[in-house]
Amino acid sequence: MSSADAMTPDASAGGRIKPKLGSDDWIMRGYMIVLAVYLIVALALPLYAMLSKAFETSRFDLAQFEVQVSDESGAFKQPAETLKQINDRGSFIPEGDLATSSDGRLALTKFFPDFSFRSPVKYRLRGLDENAVYLVGSERFEGTAPAEFDSNTFRRVVIRPVQDYGLANFATYFSTPALFQSIQNSVFIAIVSTLITVSLAFGFAYALCRSCMPFKGVFRLIAMAPILVPSLLPGIALVYLFGNQGFLKQFLMGESIYGPIGIVVGSVFFTFPHAMIIILIALSISDARLYEAAVSLRASKWRTFWTVTIPGARYGLISAAFVVFNLVITDFGLPKVIGGQYNMLAVDIYKQVIGQQNFQMGAVVSVVLLIPALLAYVVDRLVQRKQVALLSARSVVYQPKPSKRFDLSCLAYCALVALFIISILGICQYAALVKFWPYDLTLGLTNYDFDRMDGGGWAAYRNSIYMALMTALIGTVIIFTGAYMVEKTKGFAKGRAGFQFLAMLPMAIPGMVLGLAYIFFFNNPANPLNFIYGTMAILVICTVTHFYTVSHLTAVTALKQIDSEFEPVAASLKQPFYRLFSRVTVPVCMPAILDIMIYLFVNAMTTVSAVVFLYSSKTTLASVAVLNMDDAGDIAPAAAMGMMIFYTNVAARLVHAVVSRYVLGRTQGWRQR
Amino acid sequence: MGQASTAETYLMIENVWKAFGDFYALKDISLEVNRGEFVCFLGPSGCGKTTLLRAIAGLDIQTRGSVHQDGKDISALPPSERDFGIVFQSYALFPNLTVAKNIAFGLENSGIAKSDIDKRVAELLELVGLPEQAEKYPAQLSGGQQQRIALARAIAMSPGLLLLDEPLSALDAKVRVHLRHEVKDLQRKLGVTTIMVTHDQEEALAMADRIVVMNHGVIEQVGTPTDVYREPVSLFVADFIGETNQLACVADNKGKGVSIGARKLKSAPHTHADGRDVTAVIRPEDIIPHGDGARSPGAPDKISEPGNTVETTVDEMEFLGSFWRTRLSSAELGDGQIVADFSINAVRRMDIEVGGRMRIEIPSDRLKVFAAGAEPDT
Amino acid sequence: MLKKLAGGLLAGVAVGVMSMSAAMAGELTVYTAVEAEDLKKYADAFNADHPDIKINWVRDSTGVVTAKLLAEKNNPQADVIWGLAATSLLLLKSEGMLEAYAPKGVENLDPKFVDKSTPPTWTGMDAWVASVCFNTVEGEKLGLTAPKSWKDLTKAEYKGHVIMPNPNSSGTGFLDVSSWLQMFGEKDGWAFMDDLHKNIAAYTHSGSKPCKMAAAGEIPIGVSFAFRGAKSKAAGAPIDIIVPEEGVGWDMEATAIVAGTDNIDDAKTLVDWTVTKKANEMYNSGYAVVAYPGVAKPVEHFPENLLEKMIDNDFEFAANNRKAILDEWQKRYDSKSEPKG
Repeated sequence: MSSADAMTPDASAGGRIKPKLGSDDWIMRGYMIVLAVYLIVALALPLYAMLSKAFETSRFDLAQFEVQVSDESGAFKQPAETLKQINDRGSFIPEGDLATSSDGRLALTKFFPDFSFRSPVKYRLRGLDENAVYLVGSERFEGTAPAEFDSNTFRRVVIRPVQDYGLANFATYFSTPALFQSIQNSVFIAIVSTLITVSLAFGFAYALCRSCMPFKGVFRLIAMAPILVPSLLPGIALVYLFGNQGFLKQFLMGESIYGPIGIVVGSVFFTFPHAMIIILIALSISDARLYEAAVSLRASKWRTFWTVTIPGARYGLISAAFVVFNLVITDFGLPKVIGGQYNMLAVDIYKQVIGQQNFQMGAVVSVVLLIPALLAYVVDRLVQRKQVALLSARSVVYQPKPSKRFDLSCLAYCALVALFIISILGICQYAALVKFWPYDLTLGLTNYDFDRMDGGGWAAYRNSIYMALMTALIGTVIIFTGAYMVEKTKGFAKGRAGFQFLAMLPMAIPGMVLGLAYIFFFNNPANPLNFIYGTMAILVICTVTHFYTVSHLTAVTALKQIDSEFEPVAASLKQPFYRLFSRVTVPVCMPAILDIMIYLFVNAMTTVSAVVFLYSSKTTLASVAVLNMDDAGDIAPAAAMGMMIFYTNVAARLVHAVVSRYVLGRTQGWRQR
Repeated sequence: MGQASTAETYLMIENVWKAFGDFYALKDISLEVNRGEFVCFLGPSGCGKTTLLRAIAGLDIQTRGSVHQDGKDISALPPSERDFGIVFQSYALFPNLTVAKNIAFGLENSGIAKSDIDKRVAELLELVGLPEQAEKYPAQLSGGQQQRIALARAIAMSPGLLLLDEPLSALDAKVRVHLRHEVKDLQRKLGVTTIMVTHDQEEALAMADRIVVMNHGVIEQVGTPTDVYREPVSLFVADFIGETNQLACVADNKGKGVSIGARKLKSAPHTHADGRDVTAVIRPEDIIPHGDGARSPGAPDKISEPGNTVETTVDEMEFLGSFWRTRLSSAELGDGQIVADFSINAVRRMDIEVGGRMRIEIPSDRLKVFAAGAEPDT
Repeated sequence: MLKKLAGGLLAGVAVGVMSMSAAMAGELTVYTAVEAEDLKKYADAFNADHPDIKINWVRDSTGVVTAKLLAEKNNPQADVIWGLAATSLLLLKSEGMLEAYAPKGVENLDPKFVDKSTPPTWTGMDAWVASVCFNTVEGEKLGLTAPKSWKDLTKAEYKGHVIMPNPNSSGTGFLDVSSWLQMFGEKDGWAFMDDLHKNIAAYTHSGSKPCKMAAAGEIPIGVSFAFRGAKSKAAGAPIDIIVPEEGVGWDMEATAIVAGTDNIDDAKTLVDWTVTKKANEMYNSGYAVVAYPGVAKPVEHFPENLLEKMIDNDFEFAANNRKAILDEWQKRYDSKSEPKG
């Protein structure tokens, strides 16, 4: 019949069909665009604002001012000169020192080496353009009106810088050892912590996966506990354990816990569960048949370990390493609490912004911090992809056989790690209950009187719960529906790819950087969204954005497991997609949805880095209160609040478990035959 | 069969092209489907049959060309604005809804009273023979049962067109054969125009009123099952449907025969000029056995075309229950083996056995000649 | 489903809108760094005289409030600043962010506590004086003698036993550094800090932390401020509050009206009240030195000789050289990668 052997349609084939979009298509695309706009507003634009801030410089423009100097009698005989001319003549201020920050001041006396405030010489100063600003004392003068000063007043005259754009901030950064030393420190700490955490976590996961030791479930629970507390809590615990008044001070043999040792130990604590869970998954998917083969080849255990176990888990190990690296290098709370004088990048951002109000330099450090974070993220994504491929091609599950000696040593090892985790949490709880460490060890609840401390009091705790609930609810709605659109929208490939990119981006952005970016973007009066600055809304938006990626991936994975033919079937039955979504997709994905909720809740309770720049006095948060109470020296109340967060998260997890079970029983009856 | 000849056109597909990037999955497809007809799209994987089905459903709208359903141009409409029910190989039953809720999914939310919905669901369950299963979840049913529920759901809203995308492929052989008949019966009862995609030629032959054989994005042949089986228009069709013997020959006798080496055979009429390389095709069951004469003296073994007989040796015999598959070789026909299916009766009567010699007749009207070279790739 | 979805989104928006309480008549948004526990007391005392004006506090540490105000330079959210370091107010003044206004009764205040401009842009409340907290229990354990002067702190016996705030993040830290530079002169001041640096165990981010750490015995000597020390001592910490004999730096908490406020009349009412005798008596509950002469009564645990040891602080010097001083400080002391043992 058809004789069309031609590879392409000829002219007779008629015009291209432009598919008419159904109402579903319009709604889905429209909604996806709304979410994309949300991500652009909540992520891309703030990052852009931050990047441009990093290039916003201040410098003294010497050509802006003109000075005329009188003789001893007060008569102005010399012609007026610009400061630039004076400086060119005498180079009093080297060119490089003209770069400054927005609050820079330059005293005019510097241009007159023989200046004396007792001299009868007078000075006339005039700005040469409308932007010329100078201060007499702290009185501000602007514009081109001339002024005359006697010597005693002239010593109080300083000029202010003008705004400019350029790389000067980066030049300043890299010429200030105090600042760029942090790069080396951060990378060093991150590498050391990564090596230790991954080794420890591997041992733990190996014991859980490959031994027949008892109490596996308990160990697993304990190992996951650090996820439930803010990263700065181990810092506080270490102060009590190894500080100058600590129980175990002698273990450090004179070394101080304040500094790299403390940061590393604390980092190991809070990153341990992340690494452990990744490695556990990697180990549990490796193929038992390889082990059988190794046994039949009479390979020694040691050899089997290196030729089968390690290569099988390699993607898990690499992925865990980069995740830990990223967590450590971007963490702010821990080095802030226990870092002492050891500067780290994330703390530098805080110091620049909060301490010195040098937003530009804060932005520069943020850019610097972005680089390792982005690199680690990219490597992790690449490796994860391979791991997934391995997962889908998996085969026989390994079943460990009992071996008394091996199982006992595994038990001992896990008990040791569990002891470490429990003692960190236990010491915090104990310290929180002690009246006045170390002089009055009677127990009491005085440290729970948060309203008498800095940080926001009990209101901060209530705010945190409210914020975490809102984040869990709103975040889950946004993230799950967003993932649904990406996964189930037909056509619109570019839109979907763009959205997917935006959804994957937050994971690469350190919390400090995101928080700072939010200041620049939302605290701009020209921004119509300026009104959310200082509200709970910005905290919720920031937290949802910060933890978007993992939740998005969870949702996408769950959605991928749903038959892709559901949508065509529903369409053929003339049902709008949202009916299918609510009747089928959501119930089927309910376990994943609950997981996303608890993930968001727990992280919203513990996060510090992003929100530390964004809370207001009405929206203080428990995690930030821990930081601020520690900052103010109220370490015991900080520990008390940290433990409140822990218990809240434990309770939330229990509620999650109960609700999950209930929901599974009710809506997922179909899962059991 | 063949009832469609006088019926009106229900679905008209004209010059449909579908591009995926630079690759054309459908090339200038034109096809008419009559009202009430059961049409199968048959072809190897990647031939474009599913693409065509999805274009008809509006799931992946064609790049060019038009589709009219019941006189209405639906070329650009989204699925939700078309009138069809669909069943997929995966069944696509909603796992968290009971069987009844699955079937009622399209009925609810469309202004039908609840009691009417219940009645309709019961009726549909009755129709597919699963009246007891209403409150079960899909996972509690067997594959065949699930597919029947999917079918019930697809016809619940009495669509004008029923689309079946490899509906039986995921089932095991026995259930598959059984369901063939059920689906066909149901379709006949409802009179709904139906298009089924399948790569299983037996299924297509058994179920379809007409078969559309596709390959490489084009339609090779459209016809009734007997048409495409007995009168394939291309080597591909002949090869894809049923078993064939393919003999490399040269056209001969001015379109009425072929030659293999020195041997000449009469063939069905063809258009190839003498001397051209061609492939001659004969189905195993079309080969007529004759005894060697010595062993079956009294048999009514009339040779109708003495010029088209070949002396062969029996190399191998395979008993397939209702017939013997026999592999023969003949010096006359070159090195190739010829497969022939002989009835049990004939084998016994003529005492055909491995190693024996026998004469076969190749009826000239069953020996189809196609251009050589176009390697069929099944 | 859509309803639920829209509901969720609306809830999110509503959170934003509700918390955006627009400035209304009879309400003042007041930025402050006053200790959280004192805010209610301040507001109650003010409302006793002016019940019709409601105060909405926005409280944070000095650095954060200052950063916030600077960030809001072009879109001020505050009406009044009540209780922020004078050095910070000078910074704001030089940005033209403060409304010049002479509160009624300003002439009663010690002139040291009033901005030199006429009309003044800010008025002081109370002084916030540097001191050293010394843990007697730990001092004894370690065999340390109590230091008497700043110079004492550079003695080798105190190595690793002194902790002070980082001037880059703490207002207290900065007032220490600027007072040393004023007292000892620029050259000797830096030389002193070079020596002191050798003994410092850590530079903390906050100004009160060194005293709290001394109180907890973590580090025996904390350079902090007297008010904090008195509080810790009252809480039972075994510390002495030492006023170094060379003199001590100080800053004051001060009050100002933010230029461009929509509530100028209420703002003036508040600022008028903040300079009254009554207000100063209230400040005295925490601070030994207040702006209104003759009001101050001794505060429990406060060192007695504190007032006479307060240096003649040149706030202008401090404000105008702030960046240069901090840059220099950072260059000298903040680049160490090793922790101090």
